[in-house]
Amino acid sequence: MPLLQIKNLQVRVEEREILHGLTLTVNEGEVHAIMGPNGSGKSTLSHVIAGKPGYEVTGGEVLFKGEDVLAMAPDERAAKGVFLAFQYPVEIPGVATMTFLRTALNAQRKARGEEEFSTPDFLRKVREVAKSLNIPQDMLKRGVNVGFSGGEKKRNEVLQMALFEPSLCILDEMDSGLDIDALRVAADGVNALRSPKRAMIVITHYQRLLNYIVPDFVHVMSKGRVVKSGGKELALELEASGYAQFEDAAA
Amino acid sequence: MNVALVKTDTSRAGSDVFTLSRARLPGTGKVAETRAQAFAIFERLGLPHRRVEEWKYTDLRALMREVLPLADAPDAKALARAKAALASVAVDGAVRLVLVDGVFVAGLSDISALEAGVSIKSLREALEAGSETLLTASVDDAMLMLNTALATDGVLITIADGAKLSRPLQIIHVATVSKASRASRSHLALGNGAQATLIESIVAAEGAAAYQANDAIAISVGDEAALSTIRLMRDAADATNISSALVTVGARSKLNLFNMTSGGGLSRLQGFMTLAGEDSELTISGVNLLRDKQHGDLTLVVDHAVPGCTSRENFRAVLDDRAHSVFQGRIIVRPDAQKTDGKMMTRALLLSDEAEADNKPELEIFADDVSCGHGATSGALDESLLFYLRARGLPEKQAQALLVQAFVGEAIEAIEDEALRERVIDTAKAWLETRS
Repeated sequence: MPLLQIKNLQVRVEEREILHGLTLTVNEGEVHAIMGPNGSGKSTLSHVIAGKPGYEVTGGEVLFKGEDVLAMAPDERAAKGVFLAFQYPVEIPGVATMTFLRTALNAQRKARGEEEFSTPDFLRKVREVAKSLNIPQDMLKRGVNVGFSGGEKKRNEVLQMALFEPSLCILDEMDSGLDIDALRVAADGVNALRSPKRAMIVITHYQRLLNYIVPDFVHVMSKGRVVKSGGKELALELEASGYAQFEDAAA
Repeated sequence: MNVALVKTDTSRAGSDVFTLSRARLPGTGKVAETRAQAFAIFERLGLPHRRVEEWKYTDLRALMREVLPLADAPDAKALARAKAALASVAVDGAVRLVLVDGVFVAGLSDISALEAGVSIKSLREALEAGSETLLTASVDDAMLMLNTALATDGVLITIADGAKLSRPLQIIHVATVSKASRASRSHLALGNGAQATLIESIVAAEGAAAYQANDAIAISVGDEAALSTIRLMRDAADATNISSALVTVGARSKLNLFNMTSGGGLSRLQGFMTLAGEDSELTISGVNLLRDKQHGDLTLVVDHAVPGCTSRENFRAVLDDRAHSVFQGRIIVRPDAQKTDGKMMTRALLLSDEAEADNKPELEIFADDVSCGHGATSGALDESLLFYLRARGLPEKQAQALLVQAFVGEAIEAIEDEALRERVIDTAKAWLETRS
């Protein structure tokens, strides 16, 4: 059974159809890149899988581990192993990062019927992961993402990914707002999480990110559909020729 | 004609209360005169209503209707119920000063081993000895006048110059009655260079309901002194609590006031603060946690009478169901009070479409070299923050609770003492957990 099956997905936002029948299958262990110009529906796809309110699914289905994910609340999806790394992680003043991480991790474990982490186990685990991502301890004491640089925010997303151990990671424009050094740190963190049990969907506008996170498959989205799929060489092809050719194909 | 002069049934009801209560009120001679004068003013003004600007959003004529008769002095049964109620609020290590239905009860208090420099007595004793000035008030507010007229008791705390207290003082008000009122007046005089923490806890004994509390406290802070106060109001859900604080601050002192209102059906805390000495710092933080049809009003008047003082007001309201929160903040900067720095911020979080928050900032500035400002926001929880938390696995209620906690945390963090701060956070958490 595939990990994620999206069949003919149609989605509207405020009366406007954004996805017009998108189909995609992702198996365990695979890394899929989704590329496309602005407005092609890439972020909408990531939001719909994660359960963000405000999107109306008018047709098709999304199965995660064989279950209808669209019928689940966002927190249920997270507990089942869906993780969305946000393009713009929000700042939450007054909620300490550590409190947030522990509350979230234990909420997921509780939902799965697992025992909650003890404080020492949790602290050990966070410190270990934080160190590997070059995240200083004082960052963990601050409010969630408050005063973090773009790079720090993305590293915080990767930290959560490492901590929650999801089976599907969706990285929404992880490269936006990052310089090359920050990108490398974040990408190294992501690569360390690649595993035969975990799949990733890497959403990006630019080929650059895919030099660091090398995908198994590349899909090109245009106007709410996947218009071309191929191997990693497709990304290079796009880099050379641009998206214009696909805009016509989708029309 | 002036509407305030119209005599209604409600003010006549008050008149009976005074006549009927006279035997319960300590003090003769000048004390009795002071009471009678104050009562005459109350009678003339009547219960405040919406056409009195200061009471615009808290119309006592409509909401309170009448002044209930004063409660009798608590009997043994009432004291036993009060004792049971103390357990949940008494802070370990604090000097406990207990008022039951407005009467100081030495037997439930803990004044045996006071630190050097602290003296405590009851208002009743002092009034019986003829100290009528303990009842006077500089503000012509109807409810404060009623307090002057009817105050049966209170605690008088005097802290000598230079005394730095290691134990906090805790005044605990316990209500045991139903359909009766209480009035108390307490005093805290903090000497020059002295330091203290005062906790005020307001609770109901089991079975107490539909009572009316009118408590006032007069606080005077000397020069180079430091005072923190933490007031936690958890009156019965159908009780009325209209309380006043009269505060004057000397020079180069620090005063940090905190209030959290989570109880009472109808409540108002009105603070009249005068910065009377130069270069002092005043911080006032408030939290209202209201639900059902609770009405909670925090009204503050900060009077910068001298140059160089700083005042900060930071208020947060969390409102569910049909709750109604009021914040009125007036900052007065007198002509001499140059280099005043006064700011206030009030924010309301509405968890229901039917909740209401009223914010009224007023700046009256008569000096030309000052920095004053105010800000107000009200709105629902931020959907993008909620989604982020839910996408990380937090169920809806838990995500909301975490955000609400963070919201009120911005005011609670002003409490310097860590143990007391944690205690207040726990109280707020408990409120959130009982949200349906």
